[in-house]
Amino acid sequence: MTAAFVFDAMLCLLLVGTAVSAVAGRDLFASIAFFVTYGILIGLAWLRLGAVDVALAEAAIGAGLTGVLLIGAWSMLQRRCGDGGNDPAMPVLPKLAAAAVSVTVTGMLALAVLALPVGAPGLVPLVTENLSESGVGNPVTAVLLNFRAYDTLMESIVLLIALVAVWALTPKELWGGVPGLRQHARPDGVLATFGRLLPPLGLVVAVYVVWAGSEMPGGAFQAGTILAAVWLLVVMAGIAEEPRMSSRLLRLALVVGPAVFLGVGLVGAAFGSFLGLPVDFAKALILAIEFALTFSIAVTLALLVAGTPREGT
Amino acid sequence: MGALLTLPLLELTVGLPLAATLLAIVSGRFSSGLVLGIGPAMLALAVLLCLAVGSHGPLEVAVGGWAVPLGIALGADGLSAVFVMTGAIIMPAVALFARRAFGSDPAETTQSFTFWPLFFAMWAALNAIFVGRDLFNFYVALELLTLTAVAMVAYGGTAAALRYMIFALMGSLAYMTGVALLYASAATLDIGLLSEAIEPDRAVVLAGGLMTAGLLAKTALFPLHAWLPPAHGNAPAPASALLSALVVKASFFIIVRIWFHVMPDAQSPWLVQTLGLLGACAVIYGSLLAIRQGRLKLVIAYSTVAQIGYLFFIFPLADGSAFALPWAAGAWTGGIFHALSHAFAKAALFLAAGLIIEALGHDRIADMKGIARALPMTMAAFGLAALSIMGLPPSGGFMAKYLMLTSALAGGQIFYALVMIAGGLLAVIYLFRPLNAAFAGSHVPEIAPVPKARQTIPLALALIATIIGLASSIPYQFLQIGLPEVLEGGTE
Repeated sequence: MTAAFVFDAMLCLLLVGTAVSAVAGRDLFASIAFFVTYGILIGLAWLRLGAVDVALAEAAIGAGLTGVLLIGAWSMLQRRCGDGGNDPAMPVLPKLAAAAVSVTVTGMLALAVLALPVGAPGLVPLVTENLSESGVGNPVTAVLLNFRAYDTLMESIVLLIALVAVWALTPKELWGGVPGLRQHARPDGVLATFGRLLPPLGLVVAVYVVWAGSEMPGGAFQAGTILAAVWLLVVMAGIAEEPRMSSRLLRLALVVGPAVFLGVGLVGAAFGSFLGLPVDFAKALILAIEFALTFSIAVTLALLVAGTPREGT
Repeated sequence: MGALLTLPLLELTVGLPLAATLLAIVSGRFSSGLVLGIGPAMLALAVLLCLAVGSHGPLEVAVGGWAVPLGIALGADGLSAVFVMTGAIIMPAVALFARRAFGSDPAETTQSFTFWPLFFAMWAALNAIFVGRDLFNFYVALELLTLTAVAMVAYGGTAAALRYMIFALMGSLAYMTGVALLYASAATLDIGLLSEAIEPDRAVVLAGGLMTAGLLAKTALFPLHAWLPPAHGNAPAPASALLSALVVKASFFIIVRIWFHVMPDAQSPWLVQTLGLLGACAVIYGSLLAIRQGRLKLVIAYSTVAQIGYLFFIFPLADGSAFALPWAAGAWTGGIFHALSHAFAKAALFLAAGLIIEALGHDRIADMKGIARALPMTMAAFGLAALSIMGLPPSGGFMAKYLMLTSALAGGQIFYALVMIAGGLLAVIYLFRPLNAAFAGSHVPEIAPVPKARQTIPLALALIATIIGLASSIPYQFLQIGLPEVLEGGTE
């Protein structure tokens, strides 16, 4: 029994354990804590499977941002319902039915997965073969920004539309105001200190992650999350405020990434192929798209966390 | 005509509304005017696409120049072109109607800002599905579609939107799991390559089941329909029209792609009968509930639950075990006809209901006596669209049910024939109630003025639903272009 096997076995046990705890717990806050832990463990699992890009995205978005959103939702429930939104009265029958469906689907999935061919390479050989014409050395980036750029373009719009959907919930009288809650941080407190200390570091790391994404794991979504986290810290530390949702500049910031992406695609269409990147310019175009996307993704994610405007602005 | 093929028609049917989405976010007050430019352009694109498919047969392009399975293909057969065209007519019509509610305020409001990006993104997502050839790309487009639809439902109430979102996200998860299984089995996501590569083994059948279950939740087939009536019944009228006419059809479209193009061999008797029976339950249950509703928009929403049921009759009627039978292609075409004519008729009904609400301030059927004398053009549109929903000649709904009914009788499937007849009778009852109230009495009720120009919109849509029935041979012939191979034996 090797160390790697023991590690993997423990990881699997912990994954199932945290998942069950997240679902079965009565205390909503504990469930959220288990969910965040589960996200980090899943990130580790991806790392063990050699999918570093997925691991990064999972840790940043699955555990990090989703955790922030869930805790935000929990604290709102706490304020409105008092008991943290715990609902001990869920009837037994729906619970059992849900459990039965889950167990059946899981069992069938397990059987199907076990019947799959082992070690099938999928499209990996084809990606490797065409990598030199993609403009980048990281196969994941090549797939996301070149071979299947159409998916990624649509996903960047999905994120944008998610924000529009959140904004659609704004009460009429608050439209155009400052999103999110007013932050109260002590000017000499830990948060305020971190708020001044970490942003420059975060900025450097984010720029590095986009830049590195062309040759190594990294890219716009991961870097955008880091930037968004930096901005959230600045806001929480009370150093700066979210911009008003009516700001023209903010709206330009939201669309610049998808616009550059779509623009490159449409110019490509004029020259023969929608989203086609000529080999000689592919790297430059991909980097341009990635930097613009990183910026827009960061702004969008930060505003998604902030939510609808606060009252009295 | 060869020059048509050099134009990026397929790419632009998605790219143009995406560009409009971004423009709508930055153009502030002017975003409600965007459709005046984008609408005609999209209609022109749809016409060109139909001409190209009509003269050259099915089209296919590789996005970015990367051939499948590495890249993503877009394609259009007769089915794609007809749906793109349907969207290109209904979307601008609804947008023109919606400009009063979402574009007339001098100051920007929540709805006047958010509606237009949602509207254009919805259009892009619909077209991405109609010209899609890639199962993962369908997933991305479905996510975009769901988000826009949920946000529009939220205008009418967050509880209905939340319920819709939970159903839709569970659906996405199931669909995505199925896609992952298929990719693991066949190392491709392209519809064409998959249909050659896969055998109906355990993983493939489970994948098909998961994807279908997920898509059924989004299509709101009984018993997964519970989210639809409150969502479609409480959203603003233009949103309801888009949701009932087009959004639920998009997930149905993918179901058709999966079972008739990707894995026709995996259609088991168990599958086709289950889908058919659920459809039959939807027809009866939805119609009975529609009869009991007191509010006009809820009648129309429950009618959607019922009408969705008919779509799934194509599975038993085109009988997977005997595709080559002469009536299989007729049943399939009848089902698609039903989707199209229901799209136009239901958009007309919801918009007409929207005008009645504007005029009266409510949509309680009991309190709208004599409204037909105050809004004759609107009630004409309502009546005409109702004929198509009931399946009475000469409407598109009649042609659809006629095709399906003849297939059912030819195939000896009396059960489905009886359900179709019962569903038609029940539709007469639930649509007669509002019509009866509208013509009751002899006085002209006092109403808020409704401009004639806006009343022509539902009328035009209802007329199209009728014309589909009168000139049915054109779309019928068109739908045979690129007909699923399994059905080809049936066209002779």
